[in-house]
Amino acid sequence: MRDLITLAFTAIVIENVLLYRFLGVCPFLGVSRKRSSALGMGLAVIFVITISSIVSWLLYTYILVPFEMVYMRTIIFILVIASLVQIIEMFIKKISPSLYRALGIYLPLITTNCAVLGVATLVADPSYTFLTAFVFALASSIGFLFVIYLFSTLREKIERADVPKAFKGVPIALITAGIMAMIFSRFGALNI
Amino acid sequence: MNNKKDVFLNGVWKENPVLVSLLGLCSVLAISTTIENALGMGIAFSFVMILSNVIISLIRKIVPNEIRIPVYIVVVASLVVIVEMLMAAFLPALHKSLGIFIPLIVVNCIILGRAEAFASKNGVLDSLLDGLGMSIGYTAVLVVLSLVREFFASGSITVWKDLRLSLGDEPGAFFTTFFNTAPSAFILLGVLIGIANIINFRKGTKKE
Repeated sequence: MRDLITLAFTAIVIENVLLYRFLGVCPFLGVSRKRSSALGMGLAVIFVITISSIVSWLLYTYILVPFEMVYMRTIIFILVIASLVQIIEMFIKKISPSLYRALGIYLPLITTNCAVLGVATLVADPSYTFLTAFVFALASSIGFLFVIYLFSTLREKIERADVPKAFKGVPIALITAGIMAMIFSRFGALNI
Repeated sequence: MNNKKDVFLNGVWKENPVLVSLLGLCSVLAISTTIENALGMGIAFSFVMILSNVIISLIRKIVPNEIRIPVYIVVVASLVVIVEMLMAAFLPALHKSLGIFIPLIVVNCIILGRAEAFASKNGVLDSLLDGLGMSIGYTAVLVVLSLVREFFASGSITVWKDLRLSLGDEPGAFFTTFFNTAPSAFILLGVLIGIANIINFRKGTKKE
């Protein structure tokens, strides 16, 4: 149990997908202008990363490894993720139209979010069991939501600040993200 | 767009995939730690970019419009698997240090973006030149960023094995940690994009 908590804490804060592994930077900059859209994207990412990583882990462990087809994992995972996003979209539309209205527009964007394929590829490794793969995927995506939401609150303020013309928008956002990464990297010094 | 030189130069500066279109930032941030990684990634990326542009341009008239995106993804993914296997076989050390960023070329928005915006509408030769220009633009940014980071992190620049340029002084621990880790990548890329904006504003090619 202790190991799982350490794994989850590491994935959320210390080795954050965005600030440590550099996965999912495009949506991080793209949809962090408003708090509501950051929240929507973050929640959609939690759904998709958790489910697609579990499916990828199952495919890897029970199909790719026994049949010695590990080299095919990139093609298989990207096809699985693309179809899974479609299925999740239809499923959410059916069971909860209000959730669909909130997340709907972010779901198609997620296929090309490299955090999804990235986490699925990281988890497809003999060192992960079903439980650790699940915890790692869930914690990584919670880490994504956590950072993108924090960042959007900062960015709403930056948008109104007097920034030199050439640095408006993405450049200043990247520099802010760098300072955030610096703060987050200090969590690594915690002894857990 | 018919002028071949314009098509080629478009990707290098005017529509530079990283500095202007702001695509594919994940791999740029992660791989720019050393010049060797940057060149390796540049080669892998160029291979996939150029070939995917050529293949997609060749099949653009056969592929039905409704399923074009899945087809493009399969083309790109197959090319990435080829690169990954070639690298694992011939450059195992580089393959290891690039890690998951090789499979992640599949979801690099530059490649799918050019497939959709350019290769699916233009001839083979134009697509080839466009792919070449984009590859040079991407690799150039990666190399500039990694030159700065490697220089300040280690005090020297190692291009390949013995080809090494050194100042003789080892930088302090602060520099080594800062330039080897994530924060410097974000900040330097932000500054680089800012500088590119300044140059473009001066030339008057980009409106506020």
